[in-house]
Amino acid sequence: MLDKLQFVGQKLLATFARLGQATIFLYQIILTMPGVFIRPSLIIKQLYSTGVQTLVIILVAGTFVGMVLALQAYYVLVDFGAEESISQMVVLSLMRELAPVITGLLFAGRAGSALTAEIGLMKSTEQLSGMEMMAIDPMQRVMAPRILAGFMALPILTAIFMAVGVLGGYLVAVHGVGIYEGVYWSLAQAKVDFYTDLMNGMIKSIVFGLVIVWIAVFEGHDSVPTSEGLGQATTRTVVHGSLAVLGLDFLLTALMFGDI
Amino acid sequence: MSFSRGSRKIFNDISLDISRGNVTAIMGPSGTGKTTLLKLIGGQLIPDSGSICMDGNNVHELSRKDLYRLRKRMGMLFQSGALLTDLNVFDNIAYPIREHTDLDESMIRSLVLMKLNAVGLRGARDLMPSELSGGMARRVAMARAIALDPVMVMYDEPFTGQDPISMGVLVNLIRSMNQSLHLSSIVVSHDVRETMSISDQIYLISGGKIVAEGSPDELTKSSDPWVKQFIAGQPDGPVPFHYTADPLMQDLLQE
Repeated sequence: MLDKLQFVGQKLLATFARLGQATIFLYQIILTMPGVFIRPSLIIKQLYSTGVQTLVIILVAGTFVGMVLALQAYYVLVDFGAEESISQMVVLSLMRELAPVITGLLFAGRAGSALTAEIGLMKSTEQLSGMEMMAIDPMQRVMAPRILAGFMALPILTAIFMAVGVLGGYLVAVHGVGIYEGVYWSLAQAKVDFYTDLMNGMIKSIVFGLVIVWIAVFEGHDSVPTSEGLGQATTRTVVHGSLAVLGLDFLLTALMFGDI
Repeated sequence: MSFSRGSRKIFNDISLDISRGNVTAIMGPSGTGKTTLLKLIGGQLIPDSGSICMDGNNVHELSRKDLYRLRKRMGMLFQSGALLTDLNVFDNIAYPIREHTDLDESMIRSLVLMKLNAVGLRGARDLMPSELSGGMARRVAMARAIALDPVMVMYDEPFTGQDPISMGVLVNLIRSMNQSLHLSSIVVSHDVRETMSISDQIYLISGGKIVAEGSPDELTKSSDPWVKQFIAGQPDGPVPFHYTADPLMQDLLQE
């Protein structure tokens, strides 16, 4: 019994120690942020690799999620003769929950894992040490632009997911099950509140973006410089990033919509 | 200076001098901490006790800003080359110059081409690191190490895994650059013949201690059995061929 308690205690202490390391790591990066804005090209380059290169998966996933939502909504609502409310269900589900969460999960899988692998490889091939020895701070030149780019990219990707999701829902609702086009758009417009629904969804995506790139960059920087270590770090990024998105989503939803 | 990793003592109260203008070699068997020593000199690691001084500055007492200022006067050639894989050869060498100076692009171009010419790779300026052979990558890394005109260059295992021609080129480059650029060079290696041919002073490290020091001639004439075994590359001697084990017959007869 005592052994088990000791085991749990050790694991907890190790987790808190790692969380502390990650926090100090983020703090060190934040301190170097002002220097990054002097070289916007570094951020633009990372925006391309984290944002633009994730675009295709977001467009495809967003369209299909919107289509499936509309179809499921129709099957439920038609029994009550309320099938004209499809757009309300599609748009609210997407803006409040699905767009930020699914974009976050896809972002952790696509961009997060790529970030960890890239930084881990830079570490194992001594590129980070090389920069240090050239008196160039890798926190400022490598980590900070990636954190900023991820932080900016996820809200934009979430907005795109929302837009194509609504369009996907439109395809199924209007051209698939025959809902009148005017009803679809007017209900979507009337039932969505800019602040309660859209802005809260965007706030979620900003938080998710920061947490995912933080985990990804830290795991890459902290990875064991072997092929096995790099594989484990990449896996940890996807697992921890995805769990963080889901856990934070609950917390943020409770805070944002708790009084409704 | 002493340094440990966890419970393992890497250096146990060692002391050495790197003379200005010389090529100083740090030699010893694999795993004795030769690369660790370079990282300690460069301020990437902190010793447990003692100090490391360069030009009167205690490297580990400097602020981050002053340490970076000092590092601009040090060049380092990493074992892997450590070239930035997303930049071509030209941009790799231009990188520290662009970061630390306000020179215009035409001046940077001239400087980079001169550095590349010094290592014989002016024609390879547009290649990516993945297109370079191991020897070429080391030479590009060498050009980058001297990009900011340092006073000291550290070479980490520069000859490992090189073919005879590349090895010859690197040996000549280290010696000639040390003379022509008035550098102080520290070469960490276990390639005895090549390293001894260009060194003015050699330190042999083993078991966390400096076991011998002197000029190549002095070490060649040394009567110390360990030094003799290392210099001649003998498979057996004070460093035994067999890892500590029970006698073979006893081991074989055991169930």
